[in-house]
Amino acid sequence: MLGRVVPGVTTPVVAVINFQQNRNMATLKAISIRLKSVKNIQKITQSMKMVSAAKYTRAERDLKAARPYGEGAVQFYERAEVTPPEDDPKQLYVAMTSDRGLCGAVHTGVSKVIRTRLAEPGAENIKVICVGDKSRGILQRLYSKHIISVCQEIGRLPPTFQDACKIAGAILTSGYEFASGKIVYNKFKSVVSYQQSDLPLFSQKAVENAPKLTIYDSLDADVIQSYMEFSLASMLFYALKEGACSEQSSRMTAMDNASKNAGEMIDKLTLTFNRTRQAVITRELIEIISGAAALD
Amino acid sequence: MAMALRSLLRNSTKRLQVRSFAAEAPKEGEMALTFAAGNKVFYNKQVVKQIDVPSLSGAFGILPKHVPTLAVLRPGVVTVLENDGKTNKIFVSSGTITVNDDSSVQVLAEEAHPLENLDRGAAQEALSKAQSEFNSAANEKAKAEAAIALEVAEEIVKAASA
Repeated sequence: MLGRVVPGVTTPVVAVINFQQNRNMATLKAISIRLKSVKNIQKITQSMKMVSAAKYTRAERDLKAARPYGEGAVQFYERAEVTPPEDDPKQLYVAMTSDRGLCGAVHTGVSKVIRTRLAEPGAENIKVICVGDKSRGILQRLYSKHIISVCQEIGRLPPTFQDACKIAGAILTSGYEFASGKIVYNKFKSVVSYQQSDLPLFSQKAVENAPKLTIYDSLDADVIQSYMEFSLASMLFYALKEGACSEQSSRMTAMDNASKNAGEMIDKLTLTFNRTRQAVITRELIEIISGAAALD
Repeated sequence: MAMALRSLLRNSTKRLQVRSFAAEAPKEGEMALTFAAGNKVFYNKQVVKQIDVPSLSGAFGILPKHVPTLAVLRPGVVTVLENDGKTNKIFVSSGTITVNDDSSVQVLAEEAHPLENLDRGAAQEALSKAQSEFNSAANEKAKAEAAIALEVAEEIVKAASA
């Protein structure tokens, strides 16, 4: 017992002595390594910022063209006053995120909206489709039984209508007969702000039961079905565009902040590095001078 | 002299701008058209006189105060008669038409291009390619896809040669 405690006490003492003996030299080296790595990180974040700034300009231009498109697609549902049916609680949530991270709270925001909804009562009737790996990553740990499918390869290239068609196809062929639902996405407001927003989804039955549908002329089930399939694709397309624009702008801000923080860290490290260097020089001088004085 | 000319030019552009703003706000009995495609926005809530659209249940024209309706676009040419009498012909591949009770019209297309951008030679090529694909389609799904491509190509050729 005693034999075991004693070395336990002595070893740290030895370590402290060793540490003190070459502390300055070691920290000097350590600091310079640290400084180099922070400088590298700053270079990376700076170039990421440049890249996302270029991507953002394009995304914003695309979004301008997509806005009337998305608004036009939703207008019918607003005008016809389509409401989710009360007797059928089955809901579908579509989380519009992407595969790429390092862009602030864009993906967490969308996932949080859905997570909050899933934590409320009545969540057993909700299914989720994750567009983009990030929302899946956030939701799958707790709510994996709600996820019916995941779309990948979102965010590397600007979204196209083909992408939206594929997602719409996946939703329609998933076999889940939802009565209503929401597309949760980030609505781009300005370079520094975006807001979680949603677009409505309805089943064909909900549309057929809408109070103001009767004023619409010459409708048959075929027309409504094709109409709804197409408008689903256009809403997804619009949400993808909004999401892409918010993501790029948010990444730009995030990377700008990261570069700034790295800059601050570099300043501090340079200061300590120089101080330590001077201390080492001073100490060596003292050693030499006192050695010479001892010889006299 | 140059100054005077410049100020005149500036004034006239200013006036033009004011006029176009005034025209954009739809009044009672006017029809606001939103015509957008995945690639471009052609009209955004702009007041127009008439729109002719090809739909699955036959082509029809939309005038102000048209009865509210929904329709699905088929490949063909959408003709927009603007307020100043200019007609604008745009080819669409597919999409939807919505006429609402406030007389606003939404034409949303998957792809749309002005007629003058279509090239007849390229369209002919696409048509023959679609034809051969249709003939060699193995299963039902491929056949249906090829049939759609064929229909679009046929309509492009028709529109480009007209």
